[in-house]
Amino acid sequence: MLTIADQTFSSRLFTGTGKFSSAKEMESALIASASELVTVALKRVDLKGKDDDILQHLKHPHINLLPNTSGVRNAKEAVFAAQLAREALETNWIKLEIHPDPKYLMPDPIETLNATEELVKLGFVVLPYIHADPVLCKRLEDVGTAAVMPLGSPIGSNKGLRTIDFLEIIISQSRVPVIIDAGIGAPSDAAKAMEIGADAVLVNTAIAIAENPTHMAIAFKMAVEAGRMAFESKLGAQTHYAAASSPLTAFLDEEF
Amino acid sequence: MKSFNKVFESYNWDDTKASIYDKTAADVERALRSTQRSLEDFKALISPAALPYLEDMAQMSQRLTLDRFGRVIQMYIPLYLSNECNNICTYCGFSYDNKVRRRTLNPMEIMQEVAVIKEMGYDHVLLVTGEANQSVHTDYFKKVLDLISPHFAHIAMEVQPLDVADYETLIPHGLNTVLVYQETYHQDDYRKHHPKGKKSNFLYRLETPDRLGQAGIHKMGLGVLIGLEDWRTDSFFTALHLSYLEKQYWQSKFSISFPRLRPFSGGLEPKVVMNDKELVQLICAYRLFNSEVELSISTRETVTFRNQVIKLGITAISAGSKTNPGGYQVAPQSLEQFEISDERSAKEIAAMIRKQGYEPIWKDWDRSLIQKSC
Repeated sequence: MLTIADQTFSSRLFTGTGKFSSAKEMESALIASASELVTVALKRVDLKGKDDDILQHLKHPHINLLPNTSGVRNAKEAVFAAQLAREALETNWIKLEIHPDPKYLMPDPIETLNATEELVKLGFVVLPYIHADPVLCKRLEDVGTAAVMPLGSPIGSNKGLRTIDFLEIIISQSRVPVIIDAGIGAPSDAAKAMEIGADAVLVNTAIAIAENPTHMAIAFKMAVEAGRMAFESKLGAQTHYAAASSPLTAFLDEEF
Repeated sequence: MKSFNKVFESYNWDDTKASIYDKTAADVERALRSTQRSLEDFKALISPAALPYLEDMAQMSQRLTLDRFGRVIQMYIPLYLSNECNNICTYCGFSYDNKVRRRTLNPMEIMQEVAVIKEMGYDHVLLVTGEANQSVHTDYFKKVLDLISPHFAHIAMEVQPLDVADYETLIPHGLNTVLVYQETYHQDDYRKHHPKGKKSNFLYRLETPDRLGQAGIHKMGLGVLIGLEDWRTDSFFTALHLSYLEKQYWQSKFSISFPRLRPFSGGLEPKVVMNDKELVQLICAYRLFNSEVELSISTRETVTFRNQVIKLGITAISAGSKTNPGGYQVAPQSLEQFEISDERSAKEIAAMIRKQGYEPIWKDWDRSLIQKSC
């Protein structure tokens, strides 16, 4: 079980709602994924009406909504968007996304830190999307983040864990759950993320743009479970040399 | 002020045109193999030498678009506010010398039009006017934005170029996007097509995206009017402009449109006719050159073409459009800017999009996301 703030999750696969060919197909894939935390962009949903098409298809008892602030460019906008989400969707959980660069959607570390600090004070459970920056992760912990969500590679790129060296450092020293977000393109990437000790992964594009999103969601579900099981079973360390069955220094312990 | 003009001045139209037409099959193949495509690659992809590779380009364009945007198409609709115009543009129905009745919608009429647009399901609207600075000016736009912004998630504008201060004024009132087409980057032809009015100032228009960037606009749309000049050369300059702007104004988003010259009252025959195959080539070339830029197609295009192009790289489409002020409800017979080709309703277009395995997206922005920072 994974615990973030006061919430426990059986599934370590978190999902997104963008890029699907229909709300119905999205619903089918998300159910198949068994995901219990699903992020939804504030800019995509109708915050005034209660009959929004995306939200209608996410009404399942096991699905918790994680509104995200995609589209905002600074801390001030992010805090406002989070307050809007809390009111409209009745959740104090927020996936904080501040990417002033619309081309590669690179997260702004300074604004993200400032917004996290402010949102925590306002009672939010903050899950910030960030670059794989170990120091930033520690700074976010210090201001009370509920988890960190470092990217594996540029968002939507499907390139996998290009930042793995930094992810390993983040995981090794984190006091809060580490959710690898962005860039995971194949179930094997998700399995790898879990094997190195990530607490969860968030996958959207790789599922949404698959030829068969529902089957791909199942593949990711299985990969995340396999990766986690491997991590908990303690994978053997990699070595570049053979471990001799007759050690060359064994004679030192022998009595002469 | 930083300006694209400095970059533009370092290029010569005729030399640029020749370099595009000189591209060979080997240049095209190199461009197709490349992972980071340069402006020279873009030239190869829009050159006649690339036509035999159209299917390859289409397959790659589809894949790149799916990866970046998914199976979704954004829906938008124009709202023509005024057909008053002091410019003479040889290709435009609103041209000053076109002696027909003019009108600018008042607040009540605007809301009547808004009601019809909302009924169609739209949340993204594009406000369009001619250029008549006595009646359609920054104060008018401010009032219109205040009036309609509670009803739309995203508001774009295609009006006369304004100064930085004007754009800065309008953003807090709900302006998200500005479209400003250069029409043609060929300076002499530009003068021929715009003999009178403020629009005759080529440089002021050329530098409008710079002013938008400096004002901090969220998204800007570029494009040329296809038919005025050699479309390959004009499109190269658009790509050059896009590349420059992306580096200068890294916080702005960009879109490209492909308006082909359409008939209108008192019309001009296109100097250059671009066929459907060539338009597909251009759409794919832009996608291969820039996987993030939004590509938009209007109701100028035919039913068949719009049905097919959904899967090739397009990310936004208009439907049910009227190109005259009051066209939806208030004054359906008023002067239109150009004739539309695809007369299908928004509902019919949405059904067509779904049939293609894509989802029509009515809302992909929320004005409240930026309102408080202004």
